[in-house]
Amino acid sequence: MIQPHDSAIVRSLGHVVIPIAQLFGAYVLVFGQHGPGGGFVGGVVIAASMIMAILIFGVDSADSTLARKILHGDGLGLLLFGGVGGLCLIGGGQFLNYSFLQIPGLDEASQHYAGILLTQIGVAMDVAVTGVSIAVSLSFEEDEISQDEVKDA
Amino acid sequence: MTIEIPLLILLVMTAAGAMLVKDLISSVFILGSYSFALSLVWALLGAVDVAFVEAVVGAGLATVFFLLTLFRTTEKDDVIRRPPVPWAAIIGLPLLGLLLLYGAGDLPAFGDVSSPASTHISPYYLENSVAQTRTPNVVTAVLMDYRSFDTFIETIVIFTAGIACALILRKGGE
Repeated sequence: MIQPHDSAIVRSLGHVVIPIAQLFGAYVLVFGQHGPGGGFVGGVVIAASMIMAILIFGVDSADSTLARKILHGDGLGLLLFGGVGGLCLIGGGQFLNYSFLQIPGLDEASQHYAGILLTQIGVAMDVAVTGVSIAVSLSFEEDEISQDEVKDA
Repeated sequence: MTIEIPLLILLVMTAAGAMLVKDLISSVFILGSYSFALSLVWALLGAVDVAFVEAVVGAGLATVFFLLTLFRTTEKDDVIRRPPVPWAAIIGLPLLGLLLLYGAGDLPAFGDVSSPASTHISPYYLENSVAQTRTPNVVTAVLMDYRSFDTFIETIVIFTAGIACALILRKGGE
């Protein structure tokens, strides 16, 4: 597994840059309907911030708790995306036809807006989890298993 | 017009450099700068969303993935020997380029309103997306509403990629 970085400059810069990157990712995700960006880019920026936390502080440190926890969320974003489509089915329409997304107090255009926002959050979650998961998989070393076995024995 | 020619030269030079450099880490960084130059080209053409994705994924995330892969394998390209270029390629590839240039002459001009791409269905999206979805960014409206099935399948592809990487690389892990 990746060891924490030695340099004090890198570690203190990480404490500053990572929250900014996460905030920027959330901004890009939510603002995607009014400007450039959207679910995919927002998810990638959030994933990049968490990969940065893993690379700087190591996987086991308290600073990358979020990146470690998000690994258990495989498929949640896809579930949200498909769930919105299923809600449209339940509302009496076709799969992913947001006109049948039954949200009380909203007209049809606003239902489309809410549907787009929810599916974008789903895409962002899926992309962020996948990015962190691939980075952790790539940094997974084979002798680690034997070390664990040695510890157990 | 003045910025397009240097950008094109930068694009070709970084693409060639990424292939010719022997040190693989330098190659990865040159590939990242290639992606950044390409994102500048997209931004110049007005495709801001594509430029954003290219900059973030091509220059950012893909570079990190390549570097992590290099740390697992080897950093120097010692084994691969490049064979001499065959004569068929030296003669054939310029002919193919000429053929492509000949075909590109028949393409509609950039921003042509009567081209097939801008007469078929995109006027409908441009006219109706704000009224139907309250989404000023038409690209998001098309991706997430009118073409949400495509995006759904793309999301499944990304999910499958993550699962496959975990299955192959995390042997015996959690």
